[in-house]
Amino acid sequence: MKRIYVNEKWCLGCHLCEYECAYANSGIADMVRALKGKTIHPRVQVDEDGDIHFAVNCRHCTDPVCVQSCISGALTKGEDGVVRIDQEKCVGCLTCVLVCPYGAVLPSPEGHAAMKCQLCTDNQMGEPNCVKHCPNGAIVFEERSAL
Amino acid sequence: MSKFQYVIIGGSIAAVAAIEGIRSKDSEGSILVIGEENHVAYGRPLISYYLLGETDLPRMDYRPADFYEKNGVTLRLGVRATAIHPAKKTVELAGGEKIGYEKLLVATGSRPFEPPMEGIENVKERYHFMTMDDALSLEKALSPEKRALIIGAGLIGLKCFEGIAVRVKHTAIVDLAPRILPSILDEAGAKMVQRVLEEHNATFYLADSVAHFDEHKATLKSGKEVEFDILITAVGVRPNVELIKEAGGEVSRGIVIDAGGRTTLPDVYAAGDCAESFDVASGTKKILALLPNASFQGRVAGVNMAGGEAELTDAAAFNSIGFFGTHVMTAGVYEGEEHLDRTETSYKALFFKDGVLKGFILIDHPERAGIYTMLLRKRIPLSETDLKTLEGAPKWSALPEEMRRDFAREV
Repeated sequence: MKRIYVNEKWCLGCHLCEYECAYANSGIADMVRALKGKTIHPRVQVDEDGDIHFAVNCRHCTDPVCVQSCISGALTKGEDGVVRIDQEKCVGCLTCVLVCPYGAVLPSPEGHAAMKCQLCTDNQMGEPNCVKHCPNGAIVFEERSAL
Repeated sequence: MSKFQYVIIGGSIAAVAAIEGIRSKDSEGSILVIGEENHVAYGRPLISYYLLGETDLPRMDYRPADFYEKNGVTLRLGVRATAIHPAKKTVELAGGEKIGYEKLLVATGSRPFEPPMEGIENVKERYHFMTMDDALSLEKALSPEKRALIIGAGLIGLKCFEGIAVRVKHTAIVDLAPRILPSILDEAGAKMVQRVLEEHNATFYLADSVAHFDEHKATLKSGKEVEFDILITAVGVRPNVELIKEAGGEVSRGIVIDAGGRTTLPDVYAAGDCAESFDVASGTKKILALLPNASFQGRVAGVNMAGGEAELTDAAAFNSIGFFGTHVMTAGVYEGEEHLDRTETSYKALFFKDGVLKGFILIDHPERAGIYTMLLRKRIPLSETDLKTLEGAPKWSALPEEMRRDFAREV
């Protein structure tokens, strides 16, 4: 399946992906209205330590440990390979946050559920918005194989 | 006599995971699930969220309604398996019916343990808190003028408290241990969570136990008296190992299995709260009675039952549990050098030993905690990481470049 990959060497650490993600999932058409003056809760986050920085979001693992650990059955891996969370079924126990080895499942800001990148299949963007707007092409959406 | 290629005794999470494991290798072979509870699999820990009103019965189903049909699974629910005959490869049901199997999974879970308590027979409104039926009968007893008494300040007892807190007048909680959640928290962490619970109308009687019950009164060893209307006992659980034991399989604390889920009986597997695991943090075999572990074990057993090759080599104790919005995440064992970071409202303790992360306690520090769990389960040598950064926050950028290459490939 097509997944999001990040090239650490090309990542500028500009955090623009985080804003593009928050905008994509805001449900608001106007970017200024969606973001201005608001604390954002993006599903992609720049992971940084000194000179090292790269964007991290859900890897849509082949054997997702979050899906296997979910206490409510809210997390599923679809036939399209996308790992999704049903926020209606989720009770917000955050077991998925505790087991995701990439730190890519996040507590939802309203506190009653978890949230994660669903490759912009759950909003109006049609394609991953972080990829589309990465100024240096560090985030890509493509097929790759294991190793 | 009916016969199935795969028979699973127990219908909960390990069974669901085993069905998925089997079907990842064999799309045809017949599967029978024998479940003692008269429900399809539901998220067992959700029973407290049900009482809280944060979920409801339909949403508690662990898989979509068509799961069993789609996977070609025959369900026999509300039926108890009473014996396994490994030489004949049959399972016997209550009433005497026998069913043949090629591969058998025992996923019988655990049951509440009730130590002998003097006068307990005087108490009429008495409940456990393990199953959906337990929650439904407890719910009928709840009312705003009643006082509840919970014996046991462990995970089950305290989640039960969260579920009933606003639906009863007051709750008293008694535990033999000197602190709450003794299996997952240290003293300082336990104090912090206890405060949260006390703010929600709980009174604790710790390092104490009930000497005698009257119908509406418990007299404690300390001499204190607690009046109550509803009693919930959540002292602990015992694994359901009898089927394997009586069939001649090896049982220690729980059913003994190898990394592939095989018991010592041929073609018989076990998974979930009835079976032991090899815990990577302590380096010992123990029962890890946790939903994710039941799921991992069930899946591994299912794959192997269907002729595949799978092993569970990184089992560990980990828990994510919330109380009134306070999130407690814990993992591993609390041994070795401790890194502590605490404020009024949050608590973070990391434990390092033998050059790896051995355990942690995070209270209201949920962000990216899974990176710590990964370090613990994979026993990543800390010498190869930027430990100072990791102590501050879990990050992949603090991990060695070779590990970070993970981000350039399919995982």
